[in-house]
Amino acid sequence: MNYAYYPGCSAKGSSADYEKSTQAVCGMLDMNLVDIRDWNCCGSTPAHAVNTELSAALCARNLDIAAQQGVQKLLTSCPSCLSNLRHAAKRMEDPAFHARVDELLDNPTALKFPAVTSVMQGMAAHCDADEIGRHVRRNLGALSLAPYYGCLMSRPAEIMDFGDPENPTLMESLLGACGAKVLEFPLKTSCCGASYGIPEREMTARLSARILQLATDMEADAIIVACPLCQMNLDLRQKQAANSADARFNMPVLYFTQIMGLAFGLSGDDLGLDKLRVGADGLLLKIEQAASAQRGSAEGGKA
Amino acid sequence: MKDTIDLGKKRDDAFITEVEAHSGQKFSTCYQCGNCTAGCPAGFAYDRQVNQIMRGVQLGLRDKVLNSRSIWMCLSCSTCSLRCPNNIDVATVMETLRHMARKEKRVAVPKVEKFWFSFLDTVRAFGRSWEIGTMALYMLRSLRVFTDLDLAPEALKKQKLPFKPHSIPDGGAAAVTRIFKRYRERAKREGVRP
Repeated sequence: MNYAYYPGCSAKGSSADYEKSTQAVCGMLDMNLVDIRDWNCCGSTPAHAVNTELSAALCARNLDIAAQQGVQKLLTSCPSCLSNLRHAAKRMEDPAFHARVDELLDNPTALKFPAVTSVMQGMAAHCDADEIGRHVRRNLGALSLAPYYGCLMSRPAEIMDFGDPENPTLMESLLGACGAKVLEFPLKTSCCGASYGIPEREMTARLSARILQLATDMEADAIIVACPLCQMNLDLRQKQAANSADARFNMPVLYFTQIMGLAFGLSGDDLGLDKLRVGADGLLLKIEQAASAQRGSAEGGKA
Repeated sequence: MKDTIDLGKKRDDAFITEVEAHSGQKFSTCYQCGNCTAGCPAGFAYDRQVNQIMRGVQLGLRDKVLNSRSIWMCLSCSTCSLRCPNNIDVATVMETLRHMARKEKRVAVPKVEKFWFSFLDTVRAFGRSWEIGTMALYMLRSLRVFTDLDLAPEALKKQKLPFKPHSIPDGGAAAVTRIFKRYRERAKREGVRP
């Protein structure tokens, strides 16, 4: 089944592995993600921090392109894109605001935009836990995973429509359907420090360290994320976080699509695991050891 | 005592009206429970806590509020809005204050604004953001040449960050450039800082 898709800029840069694993896993679930044409950057935090109308104009151009293509529902992986596109669509319902934004664009935009939703919710709407379970080839039962959504996916609740804004549980359902042990992770919607890694490193280092420390204390095998910026802060900037907290971390941080892909039996190559700074080899080893122990005990049982 | 609030001074009613109009929030209902401050992850970097900002807005203390570092260090995570018992969208008030401060050329934390402009410059040029371009422009703007140099070996080895921008094909990038051009021209016409 085809779905209109907005990849977002990170998919072409720092989160190429999120994109690759999303395409791979969705493909296995018979979800064919088709990019809307000529999409542009949503403006992310810098645009809305500077000016609401500029941010909405950048988003509205994408929403309008999707509307012209007859799209009813648009999926996106990145929570920041999702938040910006949904905020813009909501604000554009105000005719005065709509007119101000249209002034910035080449042509007046559609009066009705398609609904925008996350790939994660799209997946859950497309198939149920049993269907996901049918694709599982590797047993993740040996892994304890800390689900981490970040602050944007579920907030503000009235815009994002992602369940409880401080306790979303959709990722747990997906990971559970793949057979993993999912931890109750109290910081799952705390902020990682967002884009302050460049201008104010201490902010990001300190907030990310809190998350990494708790996951380490809870003996998580990995933190599972859904946001390119969270992934970068927790993984690429993990040493900066460790230095700030005077701690040592060795915590793999995988996208939920990467861990689902592993469960589905896909290879590290298919899922872009080589892009992770803290590698996933330990996870694979643990999965393999558990599998061979199980085979061993099964053979022992036969004999 | 520098940090006391002088109630003898007349409050700036125009400021209160302006914040209310732009944010759409009725912050007169704030009774200083402190939930926003208790939940704010960025509070350690603030010069005034978010409940103090809210009080400052209620009292019409334009200078104290708009010159504050806090409005620039806010991460827009919306925890404050979520936990406000009076349903004030505190994060939107913070964003409104940031917009107002920018328009008046009050930028208490210039580094943050320089970073935003560096990011937006890549969007304006290519229609899509570009990480290495953003970092290079930020280094030029802020004269902080060593920003994140410690990440370079890993990022390069993993080819995490592409050296070439990912531009929109078929003239899409030019359409985005025009959005920025119109935005700047309009700001100029209206006499505000873009």
